[in-house]
Amino acid sequence: MHTTSSKAPVAEPRSRVGPTATRESDGEAGAVAISGLSHRFGTLEVIDRIDLSIRPAEVVGLVGPSGCGKSTLLEVVAGLREPTGGSVSVDGDSDPSRLGSCAYMPQRDLLLPWLSAVDNAAIALRNRGIGRTEAREVTAPLLDRFGLKGFERARPFELSGGMRQRVAFLRTVLAGKPVLLLDEPFGGLDAITRGEMQEWLAGALPVERRTVLLVTHDVEEALYLCDRVAILSSRPARIVAELAAPSPRARPRTDAVTSLDFTAARERALAALLGGR
Amino acid sequence: MRRWLLPLAIVILLVAAWQFAARTDAIANALRIEPFLVPAPSDIAQSLWQDRGLLGDSAWTTLQEVLAGFALAVVAGVAFAVVLHLSETLRRAFYPLLVASQTVPIVVIAPILVVWLGFGIGPKLVIIALICFFPITVNTLDGLGSVDPDLVKMMRTLDARRWQIFRRVEAPSALPYFFSGAKIAVAVAVIGAVFGEWAGSNSGLGHLIQAASAQLQTARTFAAVVVLSLIAIALFALLALLERRIAWWGPRVAGR
Repeated sequence: MHTTSSKAPVAEPRSRVGPTATRESDGEAGAVAISGLSHRFGTLEVIDRIDLSIRPAEVVGLVGPSGCGKSTLLEVVAGLREPTGGSVSVDGDSDPSRLGSCAYMPQRDLLLPWLSAVDNAAIALRNRGIGRTEAREVTAPLLDRFGLKGFERARPFELSGGMRQRVAFLRTVLAGKPVLLLDEPFGGLDAITRGEMQEWLAGALPVERRTVLLVTHDVEEALYLCDRVAILSSRPARIVAELAAPSPRARPRTDAVTSLDFTAARERALAALLGGR
Repeated sequence: MRRWLLPLAIVILLVAAWQFAARTDAIANALRIEPFLVPAPSDIAQSLWQDRGLLGDSAWTTLQEVLAGFALAVVAGVAFAVVLHLSETLRRAFYPLLVASQTVPIVVIAPILVVWLGFGIGPKLVIIALICFFPITVNTLDGLGSVDPDLVKMMRTLDARRWQIFRRVEAPSALPYFFSGAKIAVAVAVIGAVFGEWAGSNSGLGHLIQAASAQLQTARTFAAVVVLSLIAIALFALLALLERRIAWWGPRVAGR
């Protein structure tokens, strides 16, 4: 009953199920404006006046040292937290209704152990009141495209770390939000799987056409996956440098990350990172 | 099969020691009582066979009381836990009362309940439910409260409403906890039934124990206790099996 051609973007079911459908159609959805954003927990200053504006469908990386406040920043952008200073707006929608415009994929995959892969991926559809059978019909073909064919009914504990992460990513994508907030999506994976997943995500992002804010402490990952990379200082986080990625998302990954452009950009990024400590 | 070997060996050893001590009148001599007051395991086994009709009828009565009382406690306990989980105010108001309900000495109020509710199944249900209610409510409430907050955050960004978070995340998370509480409850439910029957009844294993021990029929008393234990063990095992089937993601089940 649905088009399942391999080129169809994952967003396809949104047109009939999501309130974001109308916004999506004007082609301008997903602009994020962060201005003067500050946040503190009690007396602990975590984020210090961050300004960042992101165009629709742009992929922006945030790189910073561990514990610099990256995750807090994403939670604020997601609308899970209200900032103590400054503002965040998504498509002009500021606090806190932006919770409806952003899909947040946390560091841990957070799959529900009692649900199968397909039901985990479909949970946003179920939350929107779509029946179980229909939600599965929409989701199952997408699992194939995410390299999970034959694992529809598998429980999370039967999946490998990379597979779990892909289910979590599909779940985030199926939420049908114009903005994806990815918090260290591959942080828990081994080096080889992480490389594979980066390459896979690099292939998936152009098809999805979403605004992406990717938080990571891995400079290479950010430069490889993003159009633009902002380097954050240690806590309290502020932006110390902004870099355009050299040749974003070229494949295969091994060629991309060894090119001269790329290594030069990595040098600059690492220098900025060190300078911000 | 191998994990049953050790407990089985210990039981056999204990029973054999008991048999020996009883047959040589060692226990009776040590306690300075008549030897017939100390039944050997073989006497108890004989009573189990000879009194099987009486024991069976009594066990059936007690089993009905236990099942009905336990069911009542499950319904009330889960409902109470959910209400207390959803309302911070009610939780603060009622949690102390919940604890207080456990300080009520069941042995003392059992006769009062019999006066109020008669000799039928009524007072037994209330007593069993009163005992079972506590572990079920407390465990379920703990389970609902110990949900990974990141899971709730994740659901919120995926447009989940409050009841959807409850149904899809909190309730399944709490299910293994509920089973822990239910397993404790079902074991003590049997004790509750005995208290209820002692306070006033004319059937059931508790009644049988009371009558038999009053007539110094110690073998029959022990036989009734054996049947009572078997009921508790069977119900516990049944719940453990259900837990494995229904709440297989729980820490205890997943680990095995």
